[in-house]
Amino acid sequence: MSNKDNWKIWEVFIRSRNGLSHKHVGSLHAPDADMAIKNARDVYTRRSEGISIWVVPSDEITASNPEENEPLFTPADDKVYRHPTFYDIPDEIGHM
Amino acid sequence: MTKEMDMMEQFQQYVDGENKVEPKHWMPEAYRKTLIRQISQHAHSEVVGMLPEANWITRAPSLRRKVALLAKVQDEAGHGLYLYSAAETLAADRKDMIDDLLSGKAKYSSIFNYPTPTWADIGAIGWLVDGAAIANQVMLCRTSYGPYARAMVKICKEESFHQRQGYEIMMTLAKGSPEQKKMAQDALNRWWWPSLMMFGPTDEHSPNSAQSMKWKIKRKSNDELREEFIDKTVPQAEYLNLTIPDKDLKWNEDRQSYDHGEIDWDEFYNVIKGRGKCNKQRMAARNKAHEEGAWVREAANAYAEKQEARKQKQKGAA
Amino acid sequence: MQKELLQYTLRLGDNALILGQRLGEWCGHGPVLEQDIALSNIALDQLGQARMLLQYAAEIKGGDYTEDKLAFHRDITEYHNLLLLELENGDWAKTIARQFLFDTFNYFQYSALLESKDDTIRAIAQKAIKEITYHAQWSAEWVIRLGDGTEESHKRMKDAINDLWEWTGEMFMADEIDTKMLEAGIGADLGNIKTLWDEKVAQILAMATLKLPTDDWAQTGGKQGEHTEYMGFLLAEMQHLPRMYPEAQW
Repeated sequence: MSNKDNWKIWEVFIRSRNGLSHKHVGSLHAPDADMAIKNARDVYTRRSEGISIWVVPSDEITASNPEENEPLFTPADDKVYRHPTFYDIPDEIGHM
Repeated sequence: MTKEMDMMEQFQQYVDGENKVEPKHWMPEAYRKTLIRQISQHAHSEVVGMLPEANWITRAPSLRRKVALLAKVQDEAGHGLYLYSAAETLAADRKDMIDDLLSGKAKYSSIFNYPTPTWADIGAIGWLVDGAAIANQVMLCRTSYGPYARAMVKICKEESFHQRQGYEIMMTLAKGSPEQKKMAQDALNRWWWPSLMMFGPTDEHSPNSAQSMKWKIKRKSNDELREEFIDKTVPQAEYLNLTIPDKDLKWNEDRQSYDHGEIDWDEFYNVIKGRGKCNKQRMAARNKAHEEGAWVREAANAYAEKQEARKQKQKGAA
Repeated sequence: MQKELLQYTLRLGDNALILGQRLGEWCGHGPVLEQDIALSNIALDQLGQARMLLQYAAEIKGGDYTEDKLAFHRDITEYHNLLLLELENGDWAKTIARQFLFDTFNYFQYSALLESKDDTIRAIAQKAIKEITYHAQWSAEWVIRLGDGTEESHKRMKDAINDLWEWTGEMFMADEIDTKMLEAGIGADLGNIKTLWDEKVAQILAMATLKLPTDDWAQTGGKQGEHTEYMGFLLAEMQHLPRMYPEAQW
């Protein structure tokens, strides 16, 4: 069998309400963007889960390589001075 | 070789530390294969599982029941889709998985090879079959593979109405006319044992279970899940004033759990082998839908390509 | 006037119920999971509308009437849906074509009902129009996609439109009830709808590279209770359980 009847995969992102970011909810198959939006509406918002939809062809997403996680992400771990708890402020000063 | 063993060991430690495995992570080939097999079987079960209930959508005895049943069966299509999506993150192709189902190479839950001759079967399926499925699925919300766990969380949330829907039907029948009560008891008689079989063979006859437990794909054994299900379901049957068709069923004070009678595993293996009343009917229906849908899927692709070409041409002209 | 209002409400309700019933047959058998789900959503919308309308009809009828008594205990001649909607589903092209021809009509009909002087019908229209707007868009897109897809899909869509064409005329034929409801400011003006429908259908069929059928012969009778053979089987299937146990609750 050929692949002529195989629809491509889209990743679906839903904004659940205004004020929140779109969040990845899953994927689905569709031949084009228009139908991907409609399918996302039917598949992922049946229980009023969203008010805005993004769809992106899965193969157009570039992901970081988990094998490079150490050089990518561990250097940030010891930069504790980026966090408020690094600094000592006396309790009397109150919330800052 | 040693490197591979190191990686295996690291993977095991990672999983033992209750960390989730994500799609691009290194994983043992056997872990990947086990997952693809299990997730796709699970997806097939959702999709084939639509059939025994879908045939009552047109015959549901009230409009309220009709919309609830349609919404439920529709959810099952959604759950199949979520699960195929989870398997696709492991580089499995939905098309290949479906081909395996249609050719008979892949399995699906045997329970769907039992027929639904009466309306009470719709109640019994929701109550017992979904109940058993939920027990399994709640456990899978904590499975070690991230996309599978996330799909299960979504599915469990949606499933919660399914079982209530089924139990409500049983309740209405059990409180109804003598004919309705008989219908409910008959459905319980036919669905009880197959529901217990849904958890799979006993632990001693379930060879793959140990490795799945070690990798934390599975978190509880077949027998553990089965007993939890029985303990939960017996009082529900009592409330309905229906009799569970097991004369050996009795409360065990020491174990704080019910003892139950022998499961007819010959029946289980026969139905798996294709000897259930509906094996052929279910596969024929899936094959028909897929074949008759081929031109539709193909046309949608062809149209999308044409539209894309038009768009490119317009861009070129501008 | 109550008699006409009842009849008019039943027509709206029966259209929704019978189409919902037909679409429900597709569940589990669609061409791809995503579209199985999509069509079930439309079926659920139709059944939701049917329930609101039949509840209203039951209220007008009074006594012990309920939506279920109307749905399950009326015989074929007491049903008032369009013939188009009771026809068998056929293939995906025929189901889509029927949906498109009806959705387009229904969209203009419910747009008009937004101005109905009957409070209940107006309220139902306000809810339904959002659903119907989506259905009309969805089915029109599918007509275009199949018409302008492959050679096979083009042929199937062409055949479907041609086959169904003679069943569309009935939508616009006003009888005494339609006229009375229009005069009362309750019902929709079928003449206006026909003009809008002709224009929209011609536009979509052109986009789908399909020819507009020219034969204007119309099959009629559904609205008045004269049905096709298909309808009897549909009702037999839908009604058998409540008919077998008429006293039972479900």
